[in-house]
Amino acid sequence: MAQIASITLYQNDEARPVMEAILQDNPTARVLNMPGAVKIDVDDELIINRATVEEKLGSEWDCQQIHMVLISMAGNLDEDDDRITLSWKH
Amino acid sequence: MAVKKMGLKQKYAHLTRGLDWETSYQKMDDVFPYDQFEGIKITDWSKWEDPFRLTMDSYWKFQAEKERKLYAVIDAFAQNNGQLNVSDARYINVLKLFLTGVSPLEYQAHRGFAFTGRHMRGVGPRIAAQMQSLDELRHFQTQAHTISHYNKFFDGIAEFQHMHDRVWYLSVPKSFFDDARASGPFEFMIAIGFAFEYVLTNLLFVPFMSGAAYNGDMSTVTFGFSAQSDESRHMTLGIEVIKFLLEQHPDNLPIVQKWVDKWFWRGFKVLGLVAMMMDYMLPKKVMSWKEAWEIYFTEAGGSLFTDLERYGLKVPKYADVATEMAEHISHQNWAVFYQYTHAAAFHTWTPDKEHLDWLSEKYPNTFDKYYRPRWEMWAKMDEEGKRFYNMALPQLCQTCQIPMAYTEPGDPTQISFRCTEWNGEMYHFCSDGCKDIFDDEPEKYAQSWLPVHQIFQGNCGGPTVPDVLNWYRLNAGADNMDYVGSPDEQIWNSWKGKAPAEAAE
Repeated sequence: MAQIASITLYQNDEARPVMEAILQDNPTARVLNMPGAVKIDVDDELIINRATVEEKLGSEWDCQQIHMVLISMAGNLDEDDDRITLSWKH
Repeated sequence: MAVKKMGLKQKYAHLTRGLDWETSYQKMDDVFPYDQFEGIKITDWSKWEDPFRLTMDSYWKFQAEKERKLYAVIDAFAQNNGQLNVSDARYINVLKLFLTGVSPLEYQAHRGFAFTGRHMRGVGPRIAAQMQSLDELRHFQTQAHTISHYNKFFDGIAEFQHMHDRVWYLSVPKSFFDDARASGPFEFMIAIGFAFEYVLTNLLFVPFMSGAAYNGDMSTVTFGFSAQSDESRHMTLGIEVIKFLLEQHPDNLPIVQKWVDKWFWRGFKVLGLVAMMMDYMLPKKVMSWKEAWEIYFTEAGGSLFTDLERYGLKVPKYADVATEMAEHISHQNWAVFYQYTHAAAFHTWTPDKEHLDWLSEKYPNTFDKYYRPRWEMWAKMDEEGKRFYNMALPQLCQTCQIPMAYTEPGDPTQISFRCTEWNGEMYHFCSDGCKDIFDDEPEKYAQSWLPVHQIFQGNCGGPTVPDVLNWYRLNAGADNMDYVGSPDEQIWNSWKGKAPAEAAE
């Protein structure tokens, strides 16, 4: 069985471009909508690319701005200037 | 020439450089006296790095922005009388339980992480523990600020900190954190950082805050998700600590496994309060406890423990028992509070027909067979003017301090009892998990401050129920008893223009 890498974000306008970027860059992503929150699951590895978020947002975005919309996550995290990765791969 | 902007990794390296200097005036072991007695072996502290690489300037910037947003919502909520817009005044009891049971734990976590950060030699954990300590203080303060608005209208809120230290069922969460803070720094990190924050916190906060959102409580959703946005950093600290300890030395594995087993079980018992809140206390329901357990333990925990298998770490002992208990725990807990409503600082009620049907649908294996008939019987007794109260003080589990009301694995008609004789005394437990924890450290748990024992020993204000309630600062007739007939119900009905329910007459 695949291990699930997951992120839970606010259900709001600030988080929406991040969610759209995740859905675009992770084709197997599944979405669970809850009141106030949205959980996105991907098998094994979930990637957030700064460039994709910026394209959706139409302005600059710093990966650390994820802290403003983040509720929870699952997977080993790695973050640098261009991407955030949550992964169970080694 | 303009200076090139530093990248994230470079900024973090500058923040942490040299903070782990070797002391020369004092011996390192004197400066860090607590990081060896637990038997954990560390060979290279520099291997522990915060993968978020959050620097202090960014930390303050983001936290300030979160606070500004939160307090704008709290102001708007107060100015617009947001309390009028919750789904039903029964909902407020969720906040009472949260403020008396959980918010004081945030303060305990603040102190615990301040201590732990001070006593770790590595830079990575020290910075992350310092940030977490500040976060936890913020959570405690924002929760008290947010819920203070409800205190203007509803009972059972004003004395939350005093109650946390004294009221019988609040000794369950309180003793959980006292236990963690009375452990060494590595055990604290596994207990709170890993087992609670990483494995179990989603079960507490996500359904709770989603429940607040669904029940029209804008202010609580906002403090909840604002706190939860810090939680991802805490989860990261939790998973980093376990990987770090397991990578540092093979001798650490059995110690870490024992802590994971213990703190999983301790946390699971505390979260029984959340199970009850989700299944019984939210007027509009988000998901059942069993569904939340499947998503956040079976599925998310499954991925996590598969990952940790490469270090030889196993799924916590008795995880199978906890999963079986997910079918029962909320029903058994709410039944305890229903019977002891006279000694609870929030209101209780029997589920109405629609609610019973929802529970039947969500718990097809157990609810109709074991629990629905009991609720229907108690509702009938109430109608006949014979509302059931249990006036005997319950026996408590020596480890988790919960009344012995849970049933045997595999047999929900039989109460589960375990015991151990130690030092000439008999100690009682609700489960094999709680007995194992005692048996491993009897010197510690023999000292537990058990509320029922303390009442019998005369340490809780006096021998009668009114004496004890007075000592709790529980305002009898307002804070306790059924919702129907309470001042809470009365004020709610007056706002909504409803006639009081019959039982209130």
